[in-house]
Amino acid sequence: MFEEYDVIVVGAGHAGCEAAAAAANMGSKVLLVTMNMHTIAQMSCNPAMGGVAKGQIVREVDALGGQSGIISDRTMIQFRMLNRSKGPAMWSPRCQSDRQMFANEWRETLEKTPNVDFWQDMVRELIVKDGRAVGVKTNLGIEIMAKSVVLTNGTFLNGLIHIGEKNFGGGRTGERAATGITEQLVTLGFEAGRMKTGTPPRVDGRSLNYELMEEQPGDEVPGKFSYADTTSLTHQRSCWITYTNQDVHDILKTGFDKSPMFSGRIKGLGPRYCPSVEDKINRFADKDRHQIFVEPEGWNTVEVYVNGFSTSLPEDIQLKALRKISGFENVKMFRPGYAIEYDYFPPTQLKLTLETHLIENLYFAGQINGTTGYEEAACQGLMAGMNAHLKIREQNPFVLKRSEAYIGVLIDDLINKGTEEPYRMFTSRAEYRTLLRQDNADIRLTERSHAVGLADDKRLENVRRKIAQTAELVAELMKIKVAPEVVNSQLDDYRTSPIKDKTTLHQLLKRPQLTMQEIRKIQPQFSDYLDGFEEDAIEQTEIHVKYDSYIEKEQMMVDKMSRMEDLAIVGNFNYDKVQALSFEGREKLKKAKPQTIGQASRISGVSPSDISVLMIHIGR
Amino acid sequence: MGTSIVNSVSVNQYEPICALATASGVGAISVVRVSGARCIELVDHCFKGANLTLAESHTVHFGTIRQNKTIIDEVLVTVFRSPRSFTREDSVEISCHGSDFIVRQILKLLVLGGARIARPGEFTQRAFLNGQFDLVQAEAVADLIAADSAASHRTALTQLRGGFSKKLQLLREELIHFASLVELELDFGEEDVEFAQRDDLRQLIYKLQATIHPLIESFDYGNALKDGIPVAIIGSPNVGKSTLLNALLNEEKAIVTEIAGTTRDVIEDTIVLEGVKFRFIDTAGIRVTQDIVESLGIERSRRAMEQADVVLMLFDSEATKQEVKVLVAGLPKEKKVIWVRNKVDLTTGAPKLPGDSISISAKTQSGLEALKSILLQQVQTNAAQDTVVTNQRHYEHLLKTSQALDEVLSGLDSGITGDFLAQDIRLALYHLGEITGTIVSDDLLANIFSKFCIGK
Repeated sequence: MFEEYDVIVVGAGHAGCEAAAAAANMGSKVLLVTMNMHTIAQMSCNPAMGGVAKGQIVREVDALGGQSGIISDRTMIQFRMLNRSKGPAMWSPRCQSDRQMFANEWRETLEKTPNVDFWQDMVRELIVKDGRAVGVKTNLGIEIMAKSVVLTNGTFLNGLIHIGEKNFGGGRTGERAATGITEQLVTLGFEAGRMKTGTPPRVDGRSLNYELMEEQPGDEVPGKFSYADTTSLTHQRSCWITYTNQDVHDILKTGFDKSPMFSGRIKGLGPRYCPSVEDKINRFADKDRHQIFVEPEGWNTVEVYVNGFSTSLPEDIQLKALRKISGFENVKMFRPGYAIEYDYFPPTQLKLTLETHLIENLYFAGQINGTTGYEEAACQGLMAGMNAHLKIREQNPFVLKRSEAYIGVLIDDLINKGTEEPYRMFTSRAEYRTLLRQDNADIRLTERSHAVGLADDKRLENVRRKIAQTAELVAELMKIKVAPEVVNSQLDDYRTSPIKDKTTLHQLLKRPQLTMQEIRKIQPQFSDYLDGFEEDAIEQTEIHVKYDSYIEKEQMMVDKMSRMEDLAIVGNFNYDKVQALSFEGREKLKKAKPQTIGQASRISGVSPSDISVLMIHIGR
Repeated sequence: MGTSIVNSVSVNQYEPICALATASGVGAISVVRVSGARCIELVDHCFKGANLTLAESHTVHFGTIRQNKTIIDEVLVTVFRSPRSFTREDSVEISCHGSDFIVRQILKLLVLGGARIARPGEFTQRAFLNGQFDLVQAEAVADLIAADSAASHRTALTQLRGGFSKKLQLLREELIHFASLVELELDFGEEDVEFAQRDDLRQLIYKLQATIHPLIESFDYGNALKDGIPVAIIGSPNVGKSTLLNALLNEEKAIVTEIAGTTRDVIEDTIVLEGVKFRFIDTAGIRVTQDIVESLGIERSRRAMEQADVVLMLFDSEATKQEVKVLVAGLPKEKKVIWVRNKVDLTTGAPKLPGDSISISAKTQSGLEALKSILLQQVQTNAAQDTVVTNQRHYEHLLKTSQALDEVLSGLDSGITGDFLAQDIRLALYHLGEITGTIVSDDLLANIFSKFCIGK
């Protein structure tokens, strides 16, 4: 019934969609298998993309030629650049999305992508031959052959939904769970685990009193995610902020005996940083209120997402507690919050390409690897799709270093350290975050992606222009000098000290009180000259001039550490022969099979002593 | 999957090495240690007595070491079988009579039999490679072996028992707490979490620096314990510097003559007083001279004073006011000085000295005990603290930690944003981690999650 595909992608969430699009855009014949064609690219949790560290990931996905950035730009209803008051490495784009539009846009994008076929069915089993994935078997009993398989099952593997004392199988509320794959993979020798996540209730916006809440509008000048020529919003919808209180907490507490979290019915470990509201009031009993973000679900719908109120307490308790929140006195609930448990496979079983150690040409991406978040899933899908394509063409794998991208940090963390709880990206996970900024993801990544055939010529041309213009601007700033008698009165207006001798604009721009805006006013000719340059290049120049000492310091650290990153550990290194390794270190190393000393140094349980021993043994 | 057990791990037996394990020089017994693959056969080959190849681990055997038929020495041989030895390899210890000649003969025989002379620290290195120690312990053991005086021994042991690590661990935890506050602002700036005030953070850094600085300063003292506290004996020519040194050493090491300026070379030797090692630098006298060779010696004197922790200023009754003036002028500032009047057996007349002085006669050895106890007092003021940094690598990382913390402070002063503060805090944590050893970002996140309510 089916011809042989290059890549079969199982699951059509954020990971699956990016995987299918990437492999197909590189030239592979792709089949996307989903249990329901109507729920492609669902935002199962909050209707938003980006945020601190996550926004940087979306920018990276875009710079590599992925679709999440473009689709976010086309479907957002609000944009904010978070952390503007901090250094540029912290600036993080975030948008509120129209949930329905987002999903539609993805489906249309995939439909327009040549080489992507669709099939609605449940994959029950992998077809494995000689330790290699060669296809899938579906619920309808169809066998579809392929050169490689990417699994992006999300929360669907043996998904179990909890609301109060009730629980039922499902991958999302209202959708069936998927069965069979976990069991088969365990038989094949994979280790499986269980995780838990949760989502808050959705309510009727018409029943809320916004007068009692604090408005959180979008940026005055909204930005966007994609480096491609998408457009920014002209008008936006606001979010609203309100708080829980002691009454809310008291009501929630009356449901604790029926909570699947506290009764032990939920076995999986949930994320500490995205705790349910019952978890918050339990663990942080001294806090008398918690923040609630009221987020619209789209342009036209009245449905509203109650961010910060994730819960799996019985639905009547949820409603009673909600009604004690300021502005929620008459709230009507559309859908209750719930917790969901699902299977994942500890990602230490993967290579840096997201291919499994155990079965060749089998890739895992997204929540199946123990991550959480659309952005984390999307970037893994992209990397798995790219590498599946490259592997079957016997080309070099596409791997990003920790110093190159948050994506590199994410995958390196996953495969070396594994994760016990749903893994979310934070800027603090990246040791070189000063380099991994949202403003330079294209400079870091587009050329590399273009070289392997994903980012298109237009993207490459754009980034090359940006680099050239930035270099030209920096040189110009160093060239132009201004005299004290001309600028000192202006400097005084800007509350910065006067200059004594002729000074370059470059020197002035370094001052914290002066931005490019002030430089324009100080030197009007330069301002005219600037108008010939693109906004992106101007911003890049400003960041480079202002923060070069920090950037340089970080780059030195990267160079220092790269020695370790470049020290290869040969394929079948026998850790058992090295007695000096700690027991834990040895076991972890045997399991993770690091390819470099640098990678080995990040495996939890591997101590610096172990690393010194390894370095001695590989002849350093 | 992957559940292999400890005993599946094999010990590596490297090529056999041998060396004198006890201090060189004259003692009642010297011990030659041999370790590595086939080393028991190797020793058995030149040993007449029990068949060592059949001997059990931890057994002692009496016999003779022979070269062909010639007996070199009567010895006791102890056999250690892998992995129950210091290096975890097969090892043999040969206890022979304390004679350099005998030791050399035995080593020569072993080398002829296929062993090679061990490089410094090579036994420790093997012990380390075979899992006997972790890195910090191995470094401490290396220092322990080098330590031949009780005080030095004490620092090496504290370090080995984790006294040093423990102190740093505490420091690190405080710093991680600090770092997580800053990280919290960065990763969860959206949420209503309470952040620490910058002033509190500043106080925390002052506290950290107050703990790190003495550790850094202890390095000099620590090294002195290991290598000996340098003491320079300074005085006019022929005032009796060499005689004093010899009296202290009970040995004729320095050349003693009646001709002024005969001590041309700086001679060093060590004595151990109540467990503290002193390294004496004997010097030529300071005086104006045309003799080029001797002025070189004078130049060395000045250098010696600079290297020294303690300066013994030696005078006799014939010293003129002018001489005292010259000597005092040449004295580096902030040195501990002991003013000594020598030759009190000959005369008691003396010039006025700038400080309290002690009277001795190096020749008759009167006053020497008093001098020794004053020497000890000079260092015991330093020895009060329990943790002393004696390891170059630790020292360097502590220094860099402190440097990074200074950067944080100046960052606080100039009001830079948290992400740049965090960069320097991370650097400090990185350097501390190089000694105590853990992954920084994991610690930060764990700390954040356990202490703060965050997340939408």
